[in-house]
Amino acid sequence: MITGRTALGLALVLAGPAFAQAPASDRFITVSSTTSTTDSGLFTHLLPLFKAKTGIEVRVVSQGTGQALDTGRRGDADVVFVHARAQELKFVEDGFGVERKPVMYNDFVLIGPKADPAGIKGGKDIVAALKAVQARGSLFISRGDKSGTHAAELTLWKAAEIDLEKVKGPWYREIGQGMGAALNMASAQNGYVLSDRATWLNFRNRGDLDIVVEGDRRLFNQYGVILVNPAKHPHVKKAEGQAFIDWLVSTEGQKAISDYRINGASLFFPNATQPGA
Amino acid sequence: MHGMPSILPLDVSGLVLEREGRRLLDGVSFTLPRGGVTALIGPNGAGKSLTLRLCHGLIPPDGGRVSWAIGDGRIAGRPRHAMVFQRPVMLRRSVRANLLHALEALSFDRPAGRAAAALARFGLSDLAERPARLLSGGEQQRLAIARAWALEPDVMFLDEPSAHLDPGATRQIEQVIAALAAEGMTILMTSHDLGQVRRLADRVLFLHAGRLREDSPAERFFQAPDSPEARAFVAGDLLW
Amino acid sequence: MDALGAMQAAIGLMVSFDPQFLQIVGLSLRVTLSAVLLAALIGLPLGAWLALSRFRGRSALIVLINGLMGLPPVVAGLFVFLLLSRSGPLGPLGLLFTPTAMVIAQTILVLPIVIALTRSTLDDLWQEYREHLTSLGLTGWRAVPTLLWDGRFALATGLLAGFGRASAEVGAVLIVGGNIANYTRTMTTTIALETSKGDLPLALGLGLVLMALTLAINAAGYAASRIGARFAG
Repeated sequence: MITGRTALGLALVLAGPAFAQAPASDRFITVSSTTSTTDSGLFTHLLPLFKAKTGIEVRVVSQGTGQALDTGRRGDADVVFVHARAQELKFVEDGFGVERKPVMYNDFVLIGPKADPAGIKGGKDIVAALKAVQARGSLFISRGDKSGTHAAELTLWKAAEIDLEKVKGPWYREIGQGMGAALNMASAQNGYVLSDRATWLNFRNRGDLDIVVEGDRRLFNQYGVILVNPAKHPHVKKAEGQAFIDWLVSTEGQKAISDYRINGASLFFPNATQPGA
Repeated sequence: MHGMPSILPLDVSGLVLEREGRRLLDGVSFTLPRGGVTALIGPNGAGKSLTLRLCHGLIPPDGGRVSWAIGDGRIAGRPRHAMVFQRPVMLRRSVRANLLHALEALSFDRPAGRAAAALARFGLSDLAERPARLLSGGEQQRLAIARAWALEPDVMFLDEPSAHLDPGATRQIEQVIAALAAEGMTILMTSHDLGQVRRLADRVLFLHAGRLREDSPAERFFQAPDSPEARAFVAGDLLW
Repeated sequence: MDALGAMQAAIGLMVSFDPQFLQIVGLSLRVTLSAVLLAALIGLPLGAWLALSRFRGRSALIVLINGLMGLPPVVAGLFVFLLLSRSGPLGPLGLLFTPTAMVIAQTILVLPIVIALTRSTLDDLWQEYREHLTSLGLTGWRAVPTLLWDGRFALATGLLAGFGRASAEVGAVLIVGGNIANYTRTMTTTIALETSKGDLPLALGLGLVLMALTLAINAAGYAASRIGARFAG
């Protein structure tokens, strides 16, 4: 029979490594980023390259842009890597970040069912497409989670001069979840949804969905990276965090970004040197 | 056992116990000298089990005292009186582990040897590794007595030692008690079985409604009880 | 839904011994077992104390602990998050987004189960053993080892229930662990991630593996307690 003492010993042996293993490497930074960078597989491609060069381990917590910035604001990350330019600038302005650097962009695409109830497939004008979706009352899935994608979606509705507060109805569903969940819902219910291209390309459960609108300049999605301000949070790993940022915007890092492809298609387009990005 | 210091005689005087305004024991006094089997009898609710519990120190009295010849019934810090309950408490362990547990609780040296001796003494050696709770009623009672005996008491309190047993097991337990008495163990037991009292007891304490009504040698009690209640009880007419 | 694909993914994962997959399973087990162990170390004595003591407000405390058994994992996670965040009271420890944080969150989830079950098991045992143990001078704290040992099979069932709750939950570990690849990614957070990537067969496959593990551990625990119960009567 197993005695209590044996069981306890066994549990200790099993449990021990959970604590022992924790500081696997001293040189690590925590990066709060968006679901799109993780779900697209970009980090799985970039981080081993960076680690091989510098020995620094990057631990990525992926959240919506709003939450990711908040994680930085609380001091729970060393670096913030998100895509919502206005919010990023405010983050720096409020003293939470040292400096914002543009890194790359990807683009949004409007996804919809192949049956295309709003009749917008193949168009290039995102504003016209959204107007049609609203006019026909076709189902539209919104992230509704204050993420960068959500912010971009709201900006586009504004550009289409549609006041969502007034016209919201059963056709417009805010789900308060990540990109993947929104795509799953659109797939299950045959709705339209705004997605970043990377997540879409990596997404496997497409069902009847396809890209209906792409290529509009207003769909471009700029990513920025910010070191959390050590003046606000003294524990921030300034040197290691800065090393990561410097690598991302270096020629080598920029090339690594453009090298990441799925089925031959680039997902992110480096533009660290482009003024005003 | 003889010649060793003993906590006996036990002197019980004026015991009073009250619960919810009712007087369950009302001035019970008696002395328990060394040796012999004393039976505490009486109708249901007379206070027999309560008296044993008060003597054993499980319940503090509301009046009166229980006093031992030595200290508080302890020698070298160890109580020298043990109790066996009507429904024997069997720990969820083997027969041997039940003995070891009691011996270790009271910090006896060489517990394994003492447990083995108790098992042999009460014919339980073959059952030593069996789960105690799966023994028959008679075996459980024997184990409970063995467990009390292993603690080397000067006196054992037995509460209805055969209340739940069939006739065969009852006879066995009676033999065990008689053998203990023959070795010089002092026994204070309750019983509702008058035949058993006749067979085992040297002395009878008759309780009725919380009062001690009679304290006589057993033989005389059964031949000519002093009180009318005792006469009625012996005749089987007094149940309450 | 592609059930066949899920089965294939599950079997593929189990037979491949993919190091990353093994690491995820290993971390899940270590975190959950650590949490159950911690909860036992804290909960068994607390439950025993609650069983043996009588004080004003004891009933209210028992009701509260029974209620906490239904504490939503997300709430426990949020609580630990706010506690461990750099801006929180324990921020200087730098524990947020580490396996230790996940252990703390799961411990909070398991603890009420352990306390409540210990309390009720020992309550019953104490009623049964009270006079015998008092007779042996084992009262108060001195009674606890006997009661814990004799209640070991019921208590083991409680720890298994705790293990089940901890290993199945995703809300708390996601919030406090951050689902960092190779570091705080457990089976449940991986399932959530793969679901959001739309790789439903892989997610379901992982789910099957998790269920198989949970089943195996529960079957072992059940067998042990059955054998034990037969032995202890």
